[in-house]
Amino acid sequence: MVTIQAPTRQPHLQPDPADRAQVAIRNMSMFYGPVQALIDITMDMPASRVTALIGPSGCGKSTLLRTLNRMNDIIPGTRIVGEVRIDGDDIFAPGADVTALRRKVGMVFQKPNPFPKTIFDNVAYGPRINGIRDRGRLADIVERSLIRAAIWDEVKDRVNQSALALSGGQQQRLCIARALAVDPEILLMDEPTSALDPRSTGRIEELITQLRREYTIIIVTHNMQQAARVSDITGFLYEGRLIEVGDTDRLFTAPKVKQTEDYITGRFG
Amino acid sequence: MQRLLSTDNLVRIALFAASSTSVVIVALIFAFLFREAFPFLRDPGVGELAGTRWMPTSMQRQSFGVLPLITGSLLVTFLASLLAVPFGICGAVYISEVARPVEREFLKPFVEILAGIPSVVLGFFGLVAVVPLVKSVFHLGSGLSALSAAVVLGLMALPTIISISEDAIRGVPDAYREASLALGANRITTIWRVVVPAALPGITAAVMLGFGRVIGETMGVMMVSGNAAQIAFSPFESVRTMTATIAAEMGEVVFGGVHYRALFCVGLLLLAATFALNMIAQRVMKRYQNR
Repeated sequence: MVTIQAPTRQPHLQPDPADRAQVAIRNMSMFYGPVQALIDITMDMPASRVTALIGPSGCGKSTLLRTLNRMNDIIPGTRIVGEVRIDGDDIFAPGADVTALRRKVGMVFQKPNPFPKTIFDNVAYGPRINGIRDRGRLADIVERSLIRAAIWDEVKDRVNQSALALSGGQQQRLCIARALAVDPEILLMDEPTSALDPRSTGRIEELITQLRREYTIIIVTHNMQQAARVSDITGFLYEGRLIEVGDTDRLFTAPKVKQTEDYITGRFG
Repeated sequence: MQRLLSTDNLVRIALFAASSTSVVIVALIFAFLFREAFPFLRDPGVGELAGTRWMPTSMQRQSFGVLPLITGSLLVTFLASLLAVPFGICGAVYISEVARPVEREFLKPFVEILAGIPSVVLGFFGLVAVVPLVKSVFHLGSGLSALSAAVVLGLMALPTIISISEDAIRGVPDAYREASLALGANRITTIWRVVVPAALPGITAAVMLGFGRVIGETMGVMMVSGNAAQIAFSPFESVRTMTATIAAEMGEVVFGGVHYRALFCVGLLLLAATFALNMIAQRVMKRYQNR
C-alpha cells in the first residue's frame, strides 16, 4: 500500500452532535493511476441533511462524490486508501456488495441522462432490475417517484411517451424520480443544475429542500449561492484536500481558513 | 465563357461529375436491366413470372415462374439471418462492451479478414466442411441444402452485422451506462437493457445491410444449395436462389431470347429487393443519427 501523506492540517469538523453521521470518511486518499486526486479526506455527512461540496474545477469534489457509490470503479487504475463507512459498513471492504451500495446510494448526474425509453420505463428501470414484474406495483412506484420528484403533474398524461421529448429541467427531475424509485437512503447530486436554465434550477433547488426530510443529500456544486441556499453543511475542497467543513451559514459568513475566505469572496476559482 | 471556364468552376464541375458517378451508374443499371427485361413483360407477360415452375429449357412447355426462385432466396436468407443475427449481435456486444483492449485488437482484424474472403473460397469451405456436416448431423441423403447455403451465407453476413452493430453500440453515450450502473444494475443487465436497446436502430440497419449482402450473394450459395428450382419450406431441401439461377443459366441462353429476357426479369427483381433493403437501412440509420 501507499504511505499516506502526513495530514498538514485537520479540517474543522463541527457537526451538530444530534446528527447521526450516515457517511463517515476517514483519512481517505484516492488515486487515478499515479495521480492522487484526493488527499487524506476526513469528513462526516449527517443523515437527513444536505451536504454541499464546493471548490474550483478539478479540486476533486466530483471525485469525492463518486467514491461514495463507487462509481470510480468504472475507471481502470483507481485506488483507494483509507476508509469510507456508510451506516458503519466499510464500502471498500473486500467482498462489499457494490450493487447493494448503489441501491442505497442513488445518483443524479451533471447532464440529465434519461434512457431513450418512455418516461414510465425510465422510472421503472430500477425496480425492474430488482425483480419487480407486477405491472400494478410498478405503476404505483412510478407514480410515487414522479410525485416525489415534483414532475408528476407535468407528465402524468404522457408517461408512455419518450423521455427524450421532455425539456432539460424536466429530464433532470425525471432522473431524480428514477433514482428515488429504488428507495435509496442517500442521494448524490453531481452539479445537477449546471446544464439547466435559472427557472429549472430554481425548481430543482426547491425539490432538494423538500427531499432533505427523507433523504441524506450530498450535492456537488460550483455555484456558491446554490450551496448557501440549499445546504446545511458545506465542505470546501481545493487541490484534492478538504480545506474546511462546517455549517453552511457559518462557513459562508465566518470562514476559519484563509483559502476558504478567498474562494467564497471570489478572489480565485 | 470566361466565367464558365474559371478554375473554380472547372474544379466544381469535375468534383460534381465524380460524386454523381455512382448515381448515374445505378440509374444506368436499372435502365439497361429494364430494357432487356421489358419485351418479356410484354410478350409472355408478367403473369408468366407468377408461376410456380421454373422450366426454361423444357421441350414440352417452357415456363418461367420465378416463385420457386423467390422462395429459395427467401428461405436461405431467412435461415442465414437466423444464424447470423444472434451471432453477429453477440459478437458486436462482446467486442465493444466486454472485450479488453488487447482482445479487441485481436478480434477486429479477423472480422475484417472474414469480410474480405472471396465468396467462392467460402463456397469451397461450405462444400468440404458444412455440407458433409449437415448431411451426417441430420441424416440426409445429400447435404446440399438450404441449410448448408444458409450457414455459408451467414458467415458472409457476419462481418457486416458485427462491424456496423459495433459502431452503433459504441455510439451509445456513456451517460446511459453510468445511469444504469448507478441504479445498481450490473454490467450484463446494463448491456442488454440499456445499451443494446439504445443502439437498436443502428443494429437494425446492420441487419438490413447483412440481408442485402445475403440476398445478392451468388457463388457461395450456388456451390452448396443443390440448385433444385422447387418451392421448398424445409431447411433440408435443395433450393435454388435467384442469383444462382442467373449465374448458372446466363452463359447458355440464346442472346435476346425469351429465356434470356426472363433472366433479366429475375435480375430486375433482385436489384429492386437489394435497393429497397439499402434504402430502408439508410432511413433507419439516419433517424438514429438525428436523435
